[in-house]
Amino acid sequence: MNLSISALEYIDAIKNGDFTIEEFVSKTLDHIKKVDGKLHAYLSVNEKALDQAKELDKKRKAKEKIGSCIGMPIAVKDNICVKDTKTTCASKMLEKYVAPFDATVIARLRKQDALFIGKTNLDEFAMGTTTEFSAYGPSKNPWNTQYVPGGSSGGSAVAVSALESIASLGSDTGGSVRNPASFCSIVGLKPTYGLVSRYGLISYANSIEQIGPMARTVKDTAFLLNIISGIDPNDNTTIDNHGEDYLKDIEAGIDGKKIGIISEMVGKGTDKEVSSATKKALSKFESLGAKCEEISLDMIDYSVASYYTITSTEAGSNLARYDNLRYGFDFDLEGYEFNSYIAKTRKNFGPEVTRRLIIGGFVPSAGHAGRYFLKALKVKSRLTKEINSAFKKVDFLVAPTVPILPFKFGEKLDDPVAMFLIDFNTVTANLTGKPAISVPFEMSNGLPIGIQIIADSMQEKSLFQAAYALESTTNLPKVPL
Amino acid sequence: MTKIGLEIHCQLTKLESKLFCSCKADYRGFEPNTNICPVCVGLPGSLPRLNKKAIEKATVIAMALNCQTPPKIAFFRKNYFYPDLPKNFQITQLNIYGPTSIGQEGKISVEGKEIRIRRIQLEEDPGRLIYEGSSERTQITLVDYNRAGTPLVEIVTEPDFENPKQVRLFLNILSDLLENLGVSDPSLEGAMRADANVSIEGGSKVEIKNINSFYDLEKALQFELTRQQSLAERKIEIIQETRHWDDRRKITISARSKEGEEDYRYFLEGDIPWVMIAPQVVSRLKKDMPESISSKRERYIKNFDIPTQVADVLSSDKFYSDLFEQAHSEKNAKEVANLITTDLMGFVDTKEKRKESKLNAKHLSDLANSIIENKITRNSSKTVLQTIVKTGKSVPQIISELDLGHVSDEKEITMVIDEVIKEESKAVDEAKQKPETINYLVGKVMKKTKGKADATLTLELLKKRLNC
Repeated sequence: MNLSISALEYIDAIKNGDFTIEEFVSKTLDHIKKVDGKLHAYLSVNEKALDQAKELDKKRKAKEKIGSCIGMPIAVKDNICVKDTKTTCASKMLEKYVAPFDATVIARLRKQDALFIGKTNLDEFAMGTTTEFSAYGPSKNPWNTQYVPGGSSGGSAVAVSALESIASLGSDTGGSVRNPASFCSIVGLKPTYGLVSRYGLISYANSIEQIGPMARTVKDTAFLLNIISGIDPNDNTTIDNHGEDYLKDIEAGIDGKKIGIISEMVGKGTDKEVSSATKKALSKFESLGAKCEEISLDMIDYSVASYYTITSTEAGSNLARYDNLRYGFDFDLEGYEFNSYIAKTRKNFGPEVTRRLIIGGFVPSAGHAGRYFLKALKVKSRLTKEINSAFKKVDFLVAPTVPILPFKFGEKLDDPVAMFLIDFNTVTANLTGKPAISVPFEMSNGLPIGIQIIADSMQEKSLFQAAYALESTTNLPKVPL
Repeated sequence: MTKIGLEIHCQLTKLESKLFCSCKADYRGFEPNTNICPVCVGLPGSLPRLNKKAIEKATVIAMALNCQTPPKIAFFRKNYFYPDLPKNFQITQLNIYGPTSIGQEGKISVEGKEIRIRRIQLEEDPGRLIYEGSSERTQITLVDYNRAGTPLVEIVTEPDFENPKQVRLFLNILSDLLENLGVSDPSLEGAMRADANVSIEGGSKVEIKNINSFYDLEKALQFELTRQQSLAERKIEIIQETRHWDDRRKITISARSKEGEEDYRYFLEGDIPWVMIAPQVVSRLKKDMPESISSKRERYIKNFDIPTQVADVLSSDKFYSDLFEQAHSEKNAKEVANLITTDLMGFVDTKEKRKESKLNAKHLSDLANSIIENKITRNSSKTVLQTIVKTGKSVPQIISELDLGHVSDEKEITMVIDEVIKEESKAVDEAKQKPETINYLVGKVMKKTKGKADATLTLELLKKRLNC
């Protein structure tokens, strides 16, 4: 029994009777015990996982109907609600918060008999690119523990990469699934806005974020999307995908497809190793029969500024509810009145969240909205127009997922602007609502490089075909554990 | 010139569920914090789920107030911290980025004076703060979120009122209108609330908030006008401010923070996509809209020859007009109207009495028909109605049980007349002299028959008997 198998391999192995669910889950838990002290992928591990595995084995033995995940251990970012489970957002504000309901994605996976092995680390409220802003300490990159794993879904990426789970769920507001997927050499998808229900995802910037699957292979990612996607009455922004099967025809190839390279995303500020990997990826695409051309999207230069303006505004509103009145942490309220109480308790937010709440209080305020927030919305709508017209010419847009290689802890912690620029290649898909996937492509001195493919809205099916085609050209080393 | 404008908040109490979840829209009667769910207390991860019925009801209100209804509407967030607000923002509507609220530019006539409606918006009601002891001294404030998320329609008027009396008349009309539309029960505590803005010639606009009842609103307006006038007389500037109505002292007090200084950082609510209101929907709603009070009134007068005053009472109260509509026929309409507005009213003049009343439309129609068919006298109908309201028994049953059957049998009445003539010899003599006093004897006959004798026949027989 090998923990490095893919989700689809796991399903086959269980069906073949190669091992039981209990055996696999037990081995996974042992492995977590062994490595997670160092890697810190998890904020909490499901104590009932082994019992649940035994139950599922019993069900199988009794020939009862069992869902398509057959007890597959899945890790869940700790900003997604799992019923009766602590859901902290890696914040002191929700230190003791136990979610009373399942997120829609969790309910759908549960119905397919997935097993939620644990809740993973993130930057506080998903604001960050390294997990260094977690109130409970950062996760480590399994490829080199001196390096950041990316973020904000860093824990979810580490868990999959370091074999602490088969697959995981992350959330992507400006690259938070794709960035750590790239840094940890796994696959991560940010779906079309509205394809996956956000019910139960703790909002940070609700108008652009999505829950996304993270896995070892493109096929595993498609398998998970099949389960979690589709219209949900609990989320009015969801879109009906008519039960699309993303695994079907995934090997169709990309012969004759047109690919646009976003020139702004491979220019200055891109590490040369990343540049050359991107060039190599393009030549692979061409060798598979695709035609590549450069495409320029003028508005991209303003995308990061627009992104931080919009997300901070929405965060300022979404995080206002954390006033420690209805839930939260223990606090003696003696001696405080309403305003001073709120001011005091909200000091429990960490530095990055505080920074964005301050920005979020300013940019949409009366007298400033015109110069900042409304202008940011204008950039968003123009960028969307630009990308829509680009998709009239090409099938996919390609760029490195992150312009730079993974870096060491603390390197950018004191430079918020440098930290913001790491998102340069990922925020466009969020601002425009397009689906984007990061595929592990190369290693440079033991550090992973991922390639990002963006498709037009609701074109996940062909996006997976392109991603699978690219993945098939790679031969990447095993993670050193 | 005095200018008064209103902001009226009206709960859509007739809806099944809240604006964004399936908790009850009418939260009354629940233990504190039991009519709640993750959505209406804004738990992390919850999302609003728009109640489409609320959009329809609010659109109907907009149409009844002659507003324009836009083809698509949007929701916005109004951000501020307050303990009754679970998310620390309120989902509401506004028109700063174009006309996207549920209705705008309407009007309604109040005794010939046109009051313009600026806009109508749909929003969520916050929770309720309950102060232990008086609000000034208490150390403890309790929060009940049962109300949080109740669908609320805000109606904003232009400052078209010239005096508090117009305001009162307007609110009466509005309250009847909302009840008639079947969207709200304005008599429920807190279902209808109003803030006002007031200015006099040369003075700034002053907002008055915290008014709990329409009765207090009129008092607050009168106080505020007097206050402003006395300032003006003494040449003291009237500053623009928000004042709170002090219920106990019956005065307005300057609020510490000024409304204009608050910054609500409005922006589009991304969790609720724009809602398209198709022309077909609008025409369906228009078609299904209950008949207006004024149209009912005119119809009653024209079709059934019902007196104006009776028609006024009947049409403006939904309880009465619903009963009338169900009970009346071509033949008995006038009688049904009379029964409702003269005999029934006293028995069902409060909400509680209406709830307990066992009377239905069939009772009314049977009773009216019995009167017309001479089975019972008009005089007995009040007793019958009282019994119906109490017991719900059928009209024939009550008539026989209480022995109220109409006596129109000549022999029977003659026998009673004989008795009366024997007993009332003095009155008989007097009647022979002065025929107009004969009614006294009719009364005696009626008394002996417990009001069952046919009055006309009795008079006729008496006259014959006394030769006068």
